[in-house]
Amino acid sequence: MAVNTERVDIIVADRDVFAGDEAAMAKPDGPLAAVLLAAGIGSFALGLITTLAEASSGFRDRLVLNAGVGPLSGKTIWATVIFLVAWAVLAARLRNRDGLLRSATTIFVVLTVLGLLGTFPIFFQAFAPE
Amino acid sequence: MELSNRELWTLIHGMGLGALFLLAFAGGLAGFYSLRPEWLTTAGIRERIARLDVGTVVMAVVAWLTVITGTWVVYPWYRARPPEGATELEAYPRYFLLANEHLAGWHEFGMEWKEHVAWIAPYLATVVAFGAVYYGRRLAYEPAVRRLLIWVFVAAFAVAGIAGLFGALITKAAPSP
Repeated sequence: MAVNTERVDIIVADRDVFAGDEAAMAKPDGPLAAVLLAAGIGSFALGLITTLAEASSGFRDRLVLNAGVGPLSGKTIWATVIFLVAWAVLAARLRNRDGLLRSATTIFVVLTVLGLLGTFPIFFQAFAPE
Repeated sequence: MELSNRELWTLIHGMGLGALFLLAFAGGLAGFYSLRPEWLTTAGIRERIARLDVGTVVMAVVAWLTVITGTWVVYPWYRARPPEGATELEAYPRYFLLANEHLAGWHEFGMEWKEHVAWIAPYLATVVAFGAVYYGRRLAYEPAVRRLLIWVFVAAFAVAGIAGLFGALITKAAPSP
């Protein structure tokens, strides 16, 4: 019984030291907010480009960066470029900022839902010319 | 018994990379959910974080490779245009589906959704991997961040799941020659 008590004491002490160490390592949430916002922006861009390509054949033709892949090549490359550029810009601007996660999450959710809507066929096909 | 180049790449894309992402999800989810200081010892948190970092980064890389191989290797075969007057369309899945009234929906809805929505998965998986690596052991003491990453992780899985499901169903409706 005495052995068990001693063992519990050791674990609790170890955990307390670790918790104190980790508490001192608090990090600003700006970098996570940056990548979160960039993912929302990239998703929204993909949905917007997909819908615009359906509405305009001229725009769709300009998205053909590879003949085999067709317009999907431009849609995915441009959306990914927008995601990466947004991430780089936001990461530089928000690097040391904190307390942004709640608002960044709200914006991320809105943009991602709009992106999902824009990539949903029943939605974007509604914009196709008659 | 042999695989053609086309079958091999379809296998790498769907059964290799895509399935790996979906199967690894359960392990990642359990890792995030159980990352609580009140449940783990110091050594347990260190071990769990190391595994979570590697797992989420590998999943993000796999998600990118899945959409890249799907779009740039497999998709051109799917949308290849048959020669004028061709009546045997089995080698041209897009046209095979569109030529059959009861199969056309697999392209017009299924493939159209899959080919676009799949690209959202690597964006989301990148957020999760970055969050896990950036916070490291601190993640165990940030329940709000952990909950956020869990939900983004679930969204990445759901999006990849839609793409994977339609990929399998479309392959069944228009099998490769």
